[in-house]
Amino acid sequence: MTAIQIIFILSALVILGAAVMVVSTRNLVHAALYLVATLFGVAVLYAILDATFLTVVQVVVYIGAIAILFIFAIMLTRREMRDQGEQLNKGWGAAALIGLLTFGGLFMLLNNWRGVNATAAALPSGFDGVVELGTALVSTDAFVLPFEVASVLLLAALIGAVYVAGTKK
Amino acid sequence: MIPLSWYLILAAALFSVGLFGVLARKNAIAILLGVELMLNAVNINLVAFWRYGSLASIAGQVFAIIVFAVAAAEVAVGLGLVISVYRRRNTVVADELDLMKW
Repeated sequence: MTAIQIIFILSALVILGAAVMVVSTRNLVHAALYLVATLFGVAVLYAILDATFLTVVQVVVYIGAIAILFIFAIMLTRREMRDQGEQLNKGWGAAALIGLLTFGGLFMLLNNWRGVNATAAALPSGFDGVVELGTALVSTDAFVLPFEVASVLLLAALIGAVYVAGTKK
Repeated sequence: MIPLSWYLILAAALFSVGLFGVLARKNAIAILLGVELMLNAVNINLVAFWRYGSLASIAGQVFAIIVFAVAAAEVAVGLGLVISVYRRRNTVVADELDLMKW
């Protein structure tokens, strides 16, 4: 077992353990902080996968912006169901069954697929993922259109969020 | 070296946990937390397929970035809706938000 495999297993344990706590803990602020732990674990996986830019974006955007936004929203709506009371609805048994069936189905599918045990080729010398990604995002024969559509989507979401959450005079 | 199957099984497990959270939680914000877990599972898959497929086609990473943008938009609008609903109806429990139920 190589060092990289040990790092993978440790971060996988962190991801899954924290994810289970996200969906099961009573205190929502704790759930948001466990989500931060999950997101850090995923950032470690991106680093193992040589996706350097995504590692940084995961930490800056997901942990720095999205998780903090969650914590703000939880604190703004906290009066209602603080820590007491049932946090899971009546159908949680069926929900657990559906979750297990989904995992079982995906596992079976992966078992029957030939490419599942592929190993990664070594990075060619001089390969720079960030340069490749940046070029692909702005070159006209690659992904410039989805990139622009994503920016319009973000603008629309910004205006929509302000309109929905703002107070009417 | 790590085989591809490790990533795929981890992502499947994370997706299932997120799905359970979406289906079983009462609080609307906790449901959005479950959606975030599912989006992250998808992103792990995308990046793993990029790394284990052909490195030259960067589409996996570009897709992951689009997922980031969509997740940010979803959280902004979703939490805006939750706060607006909380202000008007004083609840964030999904079961009690049955205004549009037939």
